[in-house]
Amino acid sequence: MVTELDKIANGCLVTVDSLKDSNLKVKLMEMGLISGKKVKVLFRAPFGDPIAIDIEGYVLSLRRSEANLIYVNSEKSL
Amino acid sequence: MRLGLIGNPNTGKSSIFNLLTGLKQHIGNFPGVTVDKKHGGFSHAGIQYELIDFPGTYSIYPRSSDEKVVYDSLINAESEIRPQALLVVVDASNLERNLLLFSQVYDLQLPTLMILNMIDLADRRNLKIDLAGLKQKFPDAEIVTTNARIKSGKNRIYKALETLKVRAGHKFNVSEITSADDLEAQEKETLERQALIRDLINDVVTEEKQEETFSSKLDKILVHPVLGYLIFGLVLITIFQFIFTFANVPMDIIDGAFALLSDYFAGVMPEGIFTDLLTQGIIPGIGGVVIFIPQIALLFFFIGILEESGYLARVVFIMDRFMRPFGLNGRSIVPLMSSVACAIPGVMAARTIPNWKERLITILVAPLMSCSARIPVYTLLIALVIPEQKVFGFMNVQGLVLFCLYLLGIVMALVVAMLLNAIILKKEKGSLILEMPTYKMPRLSNLGLTVLEKVRVFVWDAGKIILAISIILWALATYGPSDRMEKAGVEADQMAQQMDLSPKETDQFVSSKKLENSYIGIIGKTIEPVIEPIGYDWKIGISLVTSFAAREVFVGSMATIYAVQDESETTAPLLEKMRREKLVDGTPVYSLATGVSLMVFYVFAMMCMATLAVVKRETKSWKWPIVQVVYMGVLAYLGAYIAYITFS
Repeated sequence: MVTELDKIANGCLVTVDSLKDSNLKVKLMEMGLISGKKVKVLFRAPFGDPIAIDIEGYVLSLRRSEANLIYVNSEKSL
Repeated sequence: MRLGLIGNPNTGKSSIFNLLTGLKQHIGNFPGVTVDKKHGGFSHAGIQYELIDFPGTYSIYPRSSDEKVVYDSLINAESEIRPQALLVVVDASNLERNLLLFSQVYDLQLPTLMILNMIDLADRRNLKIDLAGLKQKFPDAEIVTTNARIKSGKNRIYKALETLKVRAGHKFNVSEITSADDLEAQEKETLERQALIRDLINDVVTEEKQEETFSSKLDKILVHPVLGYLIFGLVLITIFQFIFTFANVPMDIIDGAFALLSDYFAGVMPEGIFTDLLTQGIIPGIGGVVIFIPQIALLFFFIGILEESGYLARVVFIMDRFMRPFGLNGRSIVPLMSSVACAIPGVMAARTIPNWKERLITILVAPLMSCSARIPVYTLLIALVIPEQKVFGFMNVQGLVLFCLYLLGIVMALVVAMLLNAIILKKEKGSLILEMPTYKMPRLSNLGLTVLEKVRVFVWDAGKIILAISIILWALATYGPSDRMEKAGVEADQMAQQMDLSPKETDQFVSSKKLENSYIGIIGKTIEPVIEPIGYDWKIGISLVTSFAAREVFVGSMATIYAVQDESETTAPLLEKMRREKLVDGTPVYSLATGVSLMVFYVFAMMCMATLAVVKRETKSWKWPIVQVVYMGVLAYLGAYIAYITFS
């Protein structure tokens, strides 16, 4: 099932599907969020924002609005 | 030969810079922008190298003004600081993401050296990198491995510099690096590049599955919804305890040493204007710069620990949501908290905020946080007008008022930030796409160099301005129009004789009368109509003008005006004198209303030339310090007026 990254619960492992068009699109790509990458949602700050994710070995924090720009495939959720 | 040092943030780039240049570091300016240029020198095999430390970036395509410097300097062949060769630091434990920048830079056709750093971390993660395979993909680059944290690899870098290849056109991705503004073209080029990198990684990196790391275990505690804030609170309290305990000793010593120095020169030099200038203007002026060093050094030592350890990124993470409504960023928390000790390191620490608007707002509101220099003013005024009582049976009113003053500063800082956020137009949208580095043990040598750099920048760049203003203020307090001051001095002397004062009291009386007739005294009297509505007389006016140098000067000026000995340890005689001050109608000058009005004034007013000098240094323009003086002045006046009316 394809959904946005900010909807994924802590601890789930998902695969990046695609990125929404925005000014941040290239920036997110540069940070390693490219189609096919495995991403694990690690934890959230209080109020659920920002979100910390693991991108194949390094940890990135994103605001919820920024995570919303990322479509992920959650079929492989653990 | 000019070398550029490039790399992603958190790759140990500054460790490499320190490793190569040691103490030979300087801070300059990238031409035309507000970005600091750190550069240093070293020599090897008879060649002098100049190494420029470029801002850390994840891609050649710029996303902030700092990153724009990298793009402009490397792409523009006419750039006066274009490096002749590039050293690119690559984090071996995160090769895929780091190779994006490396391969972009490789394609620029400058001689390129890849510094594969943190090779130990890659080992620990069971990552095996096939160096020969990597070399095949970048045949024209030199590759060396380093572990800069333990200072390993310096000689390998030196050796590789000898064999840097002149480039003959080999490129990693055949497409051209595109313009800095064309996001669509960048996307296309980046996609191609990332596909190539993906293939490369499959060829040269082998990874074995691994256990949960130390970092992720620690994260469970440090960003915990309750424990996280508790720990951050404890860390802050510990830092402030250290600063207040350990900064005071050297500050007192510096204070005393400069007083002795002034006395010494006053004793050995002939009386005259030049001696006065030296002993009362220049020496105390330099002292006024040096006195800040302990606080700046200690604060940056602690900020350095937070940053190097990786903890700072976690603090930013848990604070971001709270700062956002005010147009601030999670990163604003450290500058604002530092400002509770002193706004100078606070403003300087705002450097870590990449977004210019968020950084500017942080700098503009930082001096509203009550710094340690306000404490003597607050305590004097509280002792003067707030009764020593308890409310609700246990709360000390004086303590409560002090707490409220701090709170007032914090609340106003947030309110002003919110207003500025609405007023200042956005150039770049703020974001928090932020790498959270793995936890590391801070290295003392890196911390030492950071502290040294900050102190140097403060002393050389801000020091000049501070010295100039203190000399002006000294001249205004020492001289008056024509012979007005001498006359006042002589008169005061005669009056003192009539009043039968002791020699010491006579001295105090004379200096009080002299100050009254100096230019500053005249300014103080001239502004009386302006400050009368907020409850002040000309004597307070004089102290306001003098304490523009620094807030704590208020106490000393008051002591001079009321002709009491300025004993820094006890203000009891001054308090007595101020309490007895009566207006013409017989009511006390220092009523509750005037006292509270003054306190509010000191919470808001920008009375610190050192902070102004630093704001000028950090924003590279006089515009923002002037904006700061004006808006804080207006706030102070209005706030004091409201306080005066309310308590009258």
